[in-house]
Amino acid sequence: MKMNGARILLESLKREGVDLVFGYPGGTVINLYDELMNMREIRHILPRHEQGGTHAADGYARASGKVGVAIATSGPGATNTITGIATAYMDSIPMVIITGQVPTPLIGNDAFQEVDIIGITRPITKHSFLIRSAKDIPAIVQKAFYIARSGRPGPVLIDFPKDVQISQAEFKWPENVDIRGYKPNIEGHQRQIEKAVDMMLAARRPVMYVGGGVILANAAAELTDLARTMQIPVTTTLMGLGSFPESDPLSLKMLGMHGAYCANMAITHTDLVIAVGSRFDDRVTGKIATFAPHAKIIHIDVDPTSIRKNVRVDLPIVGDTRDVLAKMLEYAKNHPDKVAALHSAMEAWHEDISGWKEKHPIGYKASTSIIKPQYVIQKLRELSDDDAIMATDVGQHQMWVAQFFGFQLPRTLLTSGGLGTMGYGLPAAMGAQAAFPKRQVLCVCGDGGVQMNMQEMATLVQQRLPVKIIILNNNFLGMVRQWQELFFDKRYSQTCLELPMDFVKLAEAYGAKGLKADKPSEVERVLKEGLAHKGPVIMEFKIAREEKVLPMVPAGASLNEMVLNA
Amino acid sequence: MQHTISVVVENEFGVLSRVVGLFSGRGFNIDSLSVAPTMDESLSRITIVTRGDDAILEQISKQLNKLVDVIKVLDFSDGSAIEREMALIKVAAEDDSRAEVLRIVDIFRAKIVDVTPKSYTIEITGNPSKINAILDLLKPLGLKELVRTGAVAIGRGPKGWKG
Ligand SMILES: Cc1ncc(C[n+]2csc(CCOP(=O)(O)OP(=O)(O)O)c2C)c(N)n1
Repeated sequence: MKMNGARILLESLKREGVDLVFGYPGGTVINLYDELMNMREIRHILPRHEQGGTHAADGYARASGKVGVAIATSGPGATNTITGIATAYMDSIPMVIITGQVPTPLIGNDAFQEVDIIGITRPITKHSFLIRSAKDIPAIVQKAFYIARSGRPGPVLIDFPKDVQISQAEFKWPENVDIRGYKPNIEGHQRQIEKAVDMMLAARRPVMYVGGGVILANAAAELTDLARTMQIPVTTTLMGLGSFPESDPLSLKMLGMHGAYCANMAITHTDLVIAVGSRFDDRVTGKIATFAPHAKIIHIDVDPTSIRKNVRVDLPIVGDTRDVLAKMLEYAKNHPDKVAALHSAMEAWHEDISGWKEKHPIGYKASTSIIKPQYVIQKLRELSDDDAIMATDVGQHQMWVAQFFGFQLPRTLLTSGGLGTMGYGLPAAMGAQAAFPKRQVLCVCGDGGVQMNMQEMATLVQQRLPVKIIILNNNFLGMVRQWQELFFDKRYSQTCLELPMDFVKLAEAYGAKGLKADKPSEVERVLKEGLAHKGPVIMEFKIAREEKVLPMVPAGASLNEMVLNA
Repeated sequence: MQHTISVVVENEFGVLSRVVGLFSGRGFNIDSLSVAPTMDESLSRITIVTRGDDAILEQISKQLNKLVDVIKVLDFSDGSAIEREMALIKVAAEDDSRAEVLRIVDIFRAKIVDVTPKSYTIEITGNPSKINAILDLLKPLGLKELVRTGAVAIGRGPKGWKG
């Protein structure tokens, strides 16, 4: 049966199992939107800004593990998606972005609302396609989804000219995808895997350093099993939080710039780093020359370019982390004697670690007169559901969440780690809530970043997405202020927001609920009331204005050069 | 160190910009670059002469392999290939120097492809180092224009790149 290109695209999305898209209409997607009215099976959420829509698709993908889909019109619609695409690219999030494009004959003529979006997004997409003919649509959509979700996931853009949306073709869904230049390496090399376990069995002070790759590959269970079987301590990156329960005695919590003392000390003294789905980012390693100075390094990653990019590696394993960890576990379980020997050989190491944990646990100075942000996060953990999904924005509050929330489950933290995008939290929470209407979705923001995509409050209310927004209001661009305090002699250049916002009124203006706490004694009541409310809520907490995120490894310093209290 | 890399890619719109964008975006060097379709018309072959230490070259090759449109990356760094480049050289040639230019052309087995009373245009093909050598000799005589194709390379032995 012949149908128009717009319809073919929607049919193709349906074949890929898409039931929800975030999009914003405009001239070059008006035909697509017209067809969408006939397509009951695909729910469409209209954000209030394309950046919001793109982050929402990203939040949907992170929470659900499915490919997120965003639609925008050509020109300004397309350029508004860029921050969202770059955010997803840096954190390897599977997403397909569909942009309208001017009719094919006009491409290159500086037509109205024309931009070369493929050119603009080339460095921030895993791949992109320009659809030139309606008959190509099914194969392109199928390839786009396959590329987005396989190997190291990432965003894929499809540019869809208006004339192709109108032109007629036969809908034919290809039986399978075959891209000759794209064959991601999924299965880890068995010999390398065995060598890795042998190295672990021979180590005395091993540590696993786990990143977002484990969450993306749905390998948290395998990781946890392996760590527990071998009794090897685990530290995670920001992106890796949730891959290993932080309540487990083997957990060292997060490492790096604002990592736990015990995690950074463990890296400094370890004799074997087992890096899994992590990429030795500078926020994690500190000064690269002194990272894990006494250790051999095993690096497991699905992306060969991650390996040996920043550090020397003694044993690389390219493969899906879930496949590799499962095989490692199997091999370890076949050698119970050696595993038992490892346990006793690590006694001194576990003692060292307990010592570090006791010496400088993650903590803060409590107060009865002023609200400490860390206290809010601890209370929030206590009062929220065990499987609550947490989205954050970027800044101090993000680090306090990472330090104090205590993540237990994969895909419960949505945060912009690689790009550090302010404005990410609220729309990402919106996407996660759309994916899981029944689960509790929390969003912790600063008073700066929340205003970068505040308009999505309207979407939350309209779509009945009951996101619980917690604003830690210090009336500062706090994280930058902290750097200015520590490294620029307290010269607070342009980081004081001056105007005290009334977030309660703002929530009410959108038709949501607003609550506020000024004193520590009000924190629990506000959280309880806000979490119990059926619709979207803003809970504002006036926090200690100059509270700092500690410990801190200054940029470029070694991990053992932590500022513990300043 | 200089390395020559051949990249077999889909002969499609936009592929070259992905390859070149990768080099500029990641700060890799391009000393020369040449592109043309292969005997299989669905494929193009890009030859890139680049520079860097082992770690950089490893990254270049891995990053190229990661591009969806790249079918194969052939690294010819170990001298396992024959390399050729062509150059067109316009050189000043008046009075005494006319004979000198002809002598040099003769020694290098180059060709004169255009003649005027004031100039010769020379065509030369060979290993890039041979072209550098003739240029060194011609330079004192007065170069007016130089066009080089950039190197192309093919592996030695009976096998094609597919093996
Ligand atoms: C889009 C964007 N612009 C600028 C920055 C730089 N930046 C990082 S943290 C930060 C301050 C954030 O302030 P706020 O949202 O109030 O959160 P807080 O740090 O106070 O918790 C800034 C400006 C950024 N990360 N993203």
